[in-house]
Amino acid sequence: MRTTTRLAAFLTAACLAGAVQAADPVKVGFLSTLSGPSAAIGLDIRDAFELAVKLNGGKLGGLPAQVIVADDQMNPDVAKQLIERLLKRDRVDIVTGIVFTNVMLAVAPAVFESKTFLVSANSTPAAYSGEGCSPWFFSTSWQNDGVHEAGGKFMQDSGYKSVVLVAPNYPAGKDALTGFKRFYKGTVIDEIYTKLGQLDYAAELAQIRAARPDAMYVFLPGGMGVNFVKQYVASGLNKTIPLVGPGFSADEDLIKAVGEPMVGMYNTSHWAHDLDNAANKRFVTEFQKAYGRLPTLYASQGYDAAQLIDAAIRDVKGKIEDKDALRKALRAANFKSVRGDFKLNVNGVPIQSYYLRRVVKEPSGRITNKLQATVLSAHPDAYVGACKLK
Amino acid sequence: MTALHHSLLPRVALPALALLAAFPLVMQAIDQPFYIVLATRILIFALAASSLNLLIGFGGMVSFGHAAFFGTGAYTVGILMVHGVESAWIAWPAAVLMSALAALLIGAISLHTRGVYFIMITLAFAQMIYYVFVSLKAYGGDDGLTLAGRSQIGFGVDLASDVVFYYVVLAIVATLLVLLGRLVNARFGRALQAIRENETRAQAIGFPAYRYKLACFVLGGAMAGLAGVLIVNQNELASPNLLHWMQSGMLMIMVILGGVGFLYGGALGALVLLLLEETLSEYTIHWQLGVGLVLLAVVLFAPNGLLSLARRRTAGG
Amino acid sequence: MDWILLLEQTLNGLQFGLMLFLLAAGLTLVFGIMDMINLAHGSLYMVGAYLAATLLAYTGSFTVAVLGALAGTALFGALLEVSLLRTLYQRDHLTQVLATFALILIINEGTRIIWGSQALLLNAPDALSGPVELFPGLTYPAYRLLIIGVGLAVAVALYLLVAHTRVGMLVRAGASNREMALTMGVNVKRLFTAVFATGAALSALAGAMLGPLLAVQVGMGESILILAFVVIVIGGIGSIRGALVGALLVGFVDTLGRTLLPMSLRSVLPPMVASNLGPALASILIYVLMAAVLFWRPQGLFPARG
Repeated sequence: MRTTTRLAAFLTAACLAGAVQAADPVKVGFLSTLSGPSAAIGLDIRDAFELAVKLNGGKLGGLPAQVIVADDQMNPDVAKQLIERLLKRDRVDIVTGIVFTNVMLAVAPAVFESKTFLVSANSTPAAYSGEGCSPWFFSTSWQNDGVHEAGGKFMQDSGYKSVVLVAPNYPAGKDALTGFKRFYKGTVIDEIYTKLGQLDYAAELAQIRAARPDAMYVFLPGGMGVNFVKQYVASGLNKTIPLVGPGFSADEDLIKAVGEPMVGMYNTSHWAHDLDNAANKRFVTEFQKAYGRLPTLYASQGYDAAQLIDAAIRDVKGKIEDKDALRKALRAANFKSVRGDFKLNVNGVPIQSYYLRRVVKEPSGRITNKLQATVLSAHPDAYVGACKLK
Repeated sequence: MTALHHSLLPRVALPALALLAAFPLVMQAIDQPFYIVLATRILIFALAASSLNLLIGFGGMVSFGHAAFFGTGAYTVGILMVHGVESAWIAWPAAVLMSALAALLIGAISLHTRGVYFIMITLAFAQMIYYVFVSLKAYGGDDGLTLAGRSQIGFGVDLASDVVFYYVVLAIVATLLVLLGRLVNARFGRALQAIRENETRAQAIGFPAYRYKLACFVLGGAMAGLAGVLIVNQNELASPNLLHWMQSGMLMIMVILGGVGFLYGGALGALVLLLLEETLSEYTIHWQLGVGLVLLAVVLFAPNGLLSLARRRTAGG
Repeated sequence: MDWILLLEQTLNGLQFGLMLFLLAAGLTLVFGIMDMINLAHGSLYMVGAYLAATLLAYTGSFTVAVLGALAGTALFGALLEVSLLRTLYQRDHLTQVLATFALILIINEGTRIIWGSQALLLNAPDALSGPVELFPGLTYPAYRLLIIGVGLAVAVALYLLVAHTRVGMLVRAGASNREMALTMGVNVKRLFTAVFATGAALSALAGAMLGPLLAVQVGMGESILILAFVVIVIGGIGSIRGALVGALLVGFVDTLGRTLLPMSLRSVLPPMVASNLGPALASILIYVLMAAVLFWRPQGLFPARG
């Protein structure tokens, strides 16, 4: 499946004008989860990425951009075939997107081997942040542990003495709870690992009820999170056991699905739509104008991915064949991120701040997240120490 | 129904083989290396589908759990590699053996049932194997097991090269298809078909039906295991989807599409289905609709599979 | 042993089992009477959920949405039966597998074309989206209680229909001996269409009711289809009573197994082993159950065929 954004008109005009050198387009392979219960994530990232390219006049770094979109269906097998096609047939210059870590682990080796840059707009597993770090890997999201570390710190600071943790049984899930426990020093009564893609949490909620913790921290991305929160509210547990989650478990898509019962829920995130900087204001306004909805934090990552690629290509003046130069430019991350301060560490993973958000009901009646505080400032990821790149 | 002798069709097969041998060279010449990868995949599924055809078409055993053997072969290679065994000479036979063993166990129990119950029980066993592998977190669990690289053959044959891998796969698949042809035309194959047509009569003549069917089941499982070995090497990933019942269904569709009981039925079905997927997905996101419509057309106009059309055109039938 | 936990899980098992029954009932009748393997049965379940979600978005009434979904899917099922599926009854099972598999692809993709790839929102009515206190200590989601209620009501209605009406008699006759029923002059065509449409409506009901708990998405049918097949094999093909017993069995074994097994394993085995073994055993349990039933009673628990 691919949608090719071809700017033939632009190219023709450029050629006719003669003033601009006939530039080869930069081919970007956008591999993401666009179907299934968690399709909202991939679709948001795609929408934001395409918006950024559009706002840039259909160009990235001055070169006309050809974005080839592919749907991995959250399936590593399918992803493997698609990446072969993107790398060997379409010969993309950069691969981006990649929502889920199981897909990432399946396709990254092939991307690195073909000496292609991978700018992840979401999945940033420990496997590629520490010892396994690669000079081809970059991320505009957050190391998988990041928001969970902030979550752990927040719950520690809030005085919850005992918690139950829930995460899906896959690498990012395990990363998440590891990160949480790095900063939370209270008692973890139970760690419940659910099946990836599971939708009915009756059994788990019963277990949590029986365990009687002070609070619970839940990492369930996409459709899984929607169902969990809905069922959590339905079971009445929301009256007795508060739920804290990472930002995307309380983001716009969930608010739309669950609505008012979510008011009051705390969540940690590296981005909030009310962050006060010029780039963010423009992003949120344009996104709303183009798509009629508020962006989620996933969208912010997609937008930044496009910006990062744009800045890097501009820095090498369009000479993307010079991979070493392009790498240096990507590492420099010379652009204004929507999250404010943005720096990339030697392993290609962002060093950034994590904020506390809360779901509130605004006077206008709109239910959305509001920025509350900063939990972790300029926080590097926990694995960079093991990375041997300079 | 089907003829008793299943010709390997040398007049068609040999030129086809020559074309297949020349294929990578042509692709390299026009700088389209991706299609070598695609062709390799088609060959591997041709093998997998043919192994199921042996069961369904010749043995009369409709197994809905064939993916179990396909996946077991793949996972055996993967697990061995995790433990440092990279040599194909050890891993591949081991994988085929494991699949054969699984087929022996599953077949021994399932063949005591008939009809739809056989279908369901083979499905049940396949699901059990699926859940076992998925629960092994040490070997990837839900995400599958990534291989460090392809198996090592030695003698200067480097499977990491797509072209070399293609030729190895072609050699294996071609050999196995020839062996399959010899098998179904031999006494074993004819006995099997007799059992398929009328088990009571065959039994009365003196063919121990159960033993023949079990042997057939094990052979089919072993063949599928070999296909699994190849697929895990191509993808460098042993994914639980290889064991899923949808995979069993896919293989069955390939067999039915190509022609149940025709020697090249599995291979043709795999070719058509995968090519259809590939070409349609270039034109539209909704390529599955196209595949569905084509399959329905086959049901309506070529109810015994595509190869049955060829038979209709040639004399008699 | 935490009684509350056990009770809650029993209720969950009941709820799950009753929904499985809705799916299995239609499937077993189609298989039993028309001798047709219908892989697309799960697609009818999906269509029901999608129609319910769409109608809910338009009318805001859950009841209207569910009833509309029932009617719409029944109509869709009837159309399918009359146009395509009717030609498959005479064919062998493999052809039916191929054709109904093709149908799955077509219906899935068609749904994606009409509604998009994202999951649709289907929320339980507000009045029922909270918990109910069954007794001090046990609060249970009101909506799940509704599902249990609806499931039981349908089970009773089906029983009355099949055991105490003329139509039901025809259905039973057709299931136990089709050729004989044909010979006796039963209007086969209309009966078959009616059976199929009813099965479709039941699946749609399951889809619409489960929608708020699960996700209304393309492919939701396939995951539950396999369980439905397991149920009818356990229960006996062609028997509604078998479908009910089979579904409840599967529902209880699966739900209770999922909680009790890992818990009890953890108390006797080291945690690493338990965490690997627990989920695996729990998932395998229903298949082991099916294999066991097939050994003891190869035709299922309540075979319809005389």
